[in-house]
Amino acid sequence: MISIEPVAAPGAPLARRNPVAKLAAALLFSFILVATLDPVAPAIAIAVELALLPLFGVRYRVLARRAWPLLVSAAGILVTLVLFAAERSGRVLLEAGPVVVTSGVLLTALGLVLRTFAVALPGVIVFATTDATDLADALIQNAKAPARFAIGALAAFRLVPLLGQEWQAISMARRARGVDAGRNPIAKLRLFVSTAFVLLVGAIRRGTRLAVAMDARGFDAGTPRTVARRQRFTTADALLVAGAVALAAAALTASILLGTYRPLLG
Amino acid sequence: MDNGNRWRTIDIVVASVIAVAFGVIFWAWNLVWSATEPAFAFFPPAQALIYGIWLVPAVLGGLVIRKPGASLYCELVAAILSALLGSQWASITIVQGLLQGVGAELAFAAFRYRSFRLPTAVLAGALTGLSAAIFDFVYWNKAYDLGSYRLPYALLTIVSATIVAGVGGWALTRSLANTGVLDRFPAGRERAAI
Amino acid sequence: MSGVILRGFGWRHAGRKRWAVRSVDLRIESGERVLLLGPSGAGKSTLLAALAGLLPEDSGEQEGTVEIDGLDPRKGRERVGIVFQDPESQLVMARCGDDVAFGLENRGVPAEEIWPRVDDALRRVGFPYHRDRPTAALSGGEQQRLALAGALALRPGLLLLDEPTANLDPAGATLVRSAVAGALDADTTLILVEHRVAEALPLVDRVVVLEAGGGVRADGSPEAVFRDHGDALAADGVWVPGRTVPPRRATTAPGDLLLTADRLGLPPRLAPTDLAVRAGEALAVLGPNGAGKSTLALLLGGLLPPGGGTLTASAPLAGRDARTPPHRWRAPALAARIGSVFQDPEHQFVTGTVFDELALGPRRTGRPEPEVRAVVDDLLARLRLGALAGANPYTLSGGEARRLSVATALATAPRLLICDEPTFGQDRRTWLELVDLFADLRDAGHGIVTVTHDAEFVAALADRQLTLARPAPAPGTPDGDRP
Ligand SMILES: Nc1ncnc2c1ncn2[C@@H]1O[C@H](COP(=O)(O)OP(=O)(O)OP(=O)(O)O)[C@@H](O)[C@H]1O
Ligand SMILES: Nc1ncnc2c1ncn2[C@@H]1O[C@H](COP(=O)(O)OP(=O)(O)OP(=O)(O)O)[C@@H](O)[C@H]1O
Ligand SMILES: [Mg+2]
Ligand SMILES: [Mg+2]
Repeated sequence: MISIEPVAAPGAPLARRNPVAKLAAALLFSFILVATLDPVAPAIAIAVELALLPLFGVRYRVLARRAWPLLVSAAGILVTLVLFAAERSGRVLLEAGPVVVTSGVLLTALGLVLRTFAVALPGVIVFATTDATDLADALIQNAKAPARFAIGALAAFRLVPLLGQEWQAISMARRARGVDAGRNPIAKLRLFVSTAFVLLVGAIRRGTRLAVAMDARGFDAGTPRTVARRQRFTTADALLVAGAVALAAAALTASILLGTYRPLLG
Repeated sequence: MDNGNRWRTIDIVVASVIAVAFGVIFWAWNLVWSATEPAFAFFPPAQALIYGIWLVPAVLGGLVIRKPGASLYCELVAAILSALLGSQWASITIVQGLLQGVGAELAFAAFRYRSFRLPTAVLAGALTGLSAAIFDFVYWNKAYDLGSYRLPYALLTIVSATIVAGVGGWALTRSLANTGVLDRFPAGRERAAI
Repeated sequence: MSGVILRGFGWRHAGRKRWAVRSVDLRIESGERVLLLGPSGAGKSTLLAALAGLLPEDSGEQEGTVEIDGLDPRKGRERVGIVFQDPESQLVMARCGDDVAFGLENRGVPAEEIWPRVDDALRRVGFPYHRDRPTAALSGGEQQRLALAGALALRPGLLLLDEPTANLDPAGATLVRSAVAGALDADTTLILVEHRVAEALPLVDRVVVLEAGGGVRADGSPEAVFRDHGDALAADGVWVPGRTVPPRRATTAPGDLLLTADRLGLPPRLAPTDLAVRAGEALAVLGPNGAGKSTLALLLGGLLPPGGGTLTASAPLAGRDARTPPHRWRAPALAARIGSVFQDPEHQFVTGTVFDELALGPRRTGRPEPEVRAVVDDLLARLRLGALAGANPYTLSGGEARRLSVATALATAPRLLICDEPTFGQDRRTWLELVDLFADLRDAGHGIVTVTHDAEFVAALADRQLTLARPAPAPGTPDGDRP
């Protein structure tokens, strides 16, 4: 269920790129697209993203599984906009009491929904193809992130899959001692909250012990660290970042040339 | 406290663990958020009331670790983890996490990292809510009506952050201290004095 | 390569009145192999933590001095390697190889030397998998071996091992011990904590016994120590080799049938198993690490829903509930009928003090408060936890935590008791008390199921045995990726 393992085919040409390069490419690509509210630029971007997907070794089915909540968000955007749009220009398509749906509203909704997808997908793709250890290594070696913090966070990430098992253990321990909620929904909620609290306490306790174990093996002893796993930032990685910027800029330019561009600010 | 601002290993790891635990909660919360979105659609600003959960690590991290950068670090790492777990908003989450962390950080900095009482926590909650609200105001809600949606949504975000993250984060820190897990932190040692 | 000098050393954990360890004067020359003994709670783990420089100043109060090669251990950490009592909490990285490399990176070992040293350390402990194996996919024994490799890769002058074979099956324990023996250089100093003396003796040339109240009780070669102090040590709780324990078998025939398992299983953790438990009978469940013993215990305890087969409770155990399987019973009813002791005691604790922990079960099953108090006080006295009634369960020593977890299951006086490894990490005195306690319960008509690797315990108590085999891996799943 909860897993931070990458889901991509490991040998895929773009999945193999430096994690920092992938992250930078995704962030830059997203930020350029954020600048507009029109449907054209994000539509082009989504087409590009889907076309590049096989190069990341991610299957469309996997992407759909990770991104399905976006569909629900899209529905939310649509409903909200129908009820609360700032401007209702264009032809009136439907009028029922306070609800006025115009072609302008639908166009804005389309823009927002497409933007949500276009901006989120690069991140979904990158994180689906990146291993946490590699990301931490690359952040330290290629992005000059402080090693103590990157490694500390990485060590804590290892606890993620354990939290699920821990939840089960806590529930069983309580049941064995005669604690349960029965059918009462309030009691259920209280039990849920207190289980979550015990889980948090347990996680912090584990963190405290982990810190001692790390100190025992010379973490933070002041000696300069060496690295066992080299992460390189190559020309290909630089090209990936440049390519992401170029593609996003091209999508934006297309929307400006077509006259659909609507700036986010102003 | 001498060299009080340097993070010990235990500070780093426990801050990370708090962030990771909340990263998992965010991941679940994102699903809840998406699932309730259509339900709240008829008065969407009300959804902002449950917004505060996303901001708890910023306040909790600051109150437990008590070092410059703790709020920012906890909120940011939690956001990165929820992106790694497969959040539908992916990289945007990270930017939001960064901004929200800055909000709480400013509150603790305003007291020069010396006060960690309820009023500080409330201020931290309010400021992290404010930074979250500003981001949403500009980024997510730009196309919505100002009076009936954008402003109420922003205000409710701040209210939610103040109560859930501010007061809630403070209460959570106290309960954690009572269990003894924070004994190696200043937040836990205050317990013995009481 | 490292010598240790302790002068009047003592440590008191924050929030405790008693000193965990006190007035220890000890000198260990470099290259010596020392077995550190002492009753549960005597401060063995605390002493090892002090030697590794892992008792932060803000977590307690120190007396006297510790020196490793003339240095404060907090400054000389690069000389020391330690493997803790609980291996799970000391793995840092997500992949096994990276975890061993972690310490080398921290010490600034040049990059090109790291992987050869990692491979060498893994080979020396007989680690069966490739470096890329996820650490989350290891059994307890494999984790213990990996932790040992992580310590050995640093080539420490002083190696500290805290019960490195608790929880391992006999074959795994032998393997780890031979890994330690094979991995030590002539000039490595070793300090080993282990309750089961007989198994540890081949590794050591000196025995040091800590006194519970403080100080060193005995010190010298194993022969001399056990010859001169054998009786007194045995009375104090040390497992003196060559002393057998009288068996306590059932004196009457087994009574009512309590619980019947028919092809009970949970793939892939437990293969279908048949089993019947009767009142007045002690059943021991044996088998190698990963055979599914703990899973079976949880199923029998009504804590996990079965993945196959059926579990039926009889009317003498369950009354009107006899027709529903135990995992569907309400929790208070379950706690009053079947008590469970978990393998990891810390998984069992749900409250903030030892007293509340013991009182929880009786309160939930609806006993009046004075009666609850009487039950709790009796158990505290019997398992010698009285002085710790106000302590947080998570601050107990390994053995104390185990005793508390057994006591919590006893508190509701269930008709059937299911214990997972109730005797690991116990000194001899507590061990004998546990045998007596279980035997008394059985003779009073309770049913007892114990999952255990402890052959002596089986010999002393069990009326019947069931040995589980490791379930065969499902076809198509590779059984680990051996290099
Ligand atoms: N973190 C802690 N906080 C408070 N008290 C502690 C802590 N750790 C240990 N103690 C107490 O210190 C005493 C010695 O504990 P220690 O773990 O050193 O014993 P031990 O000799 O290793 O016992 P065992 O054989 O049961 O593992 C115990 O009474 C224990 O309750
Ligand atoms: N919560 C779980 N989820 C999935 N698999 C599990 C879980 N717990 C244990 N397993 C796996 O099921 C198998 C049986 O585990 P179990 O803990 O029952 O073994 P055991 O016989 O008690 O071993 P040990 O002697 O090491 O305690 C093991 O291969 C283990 O890795
Ligand atoms: Mg111990
Ligand atoms: Mg087991």
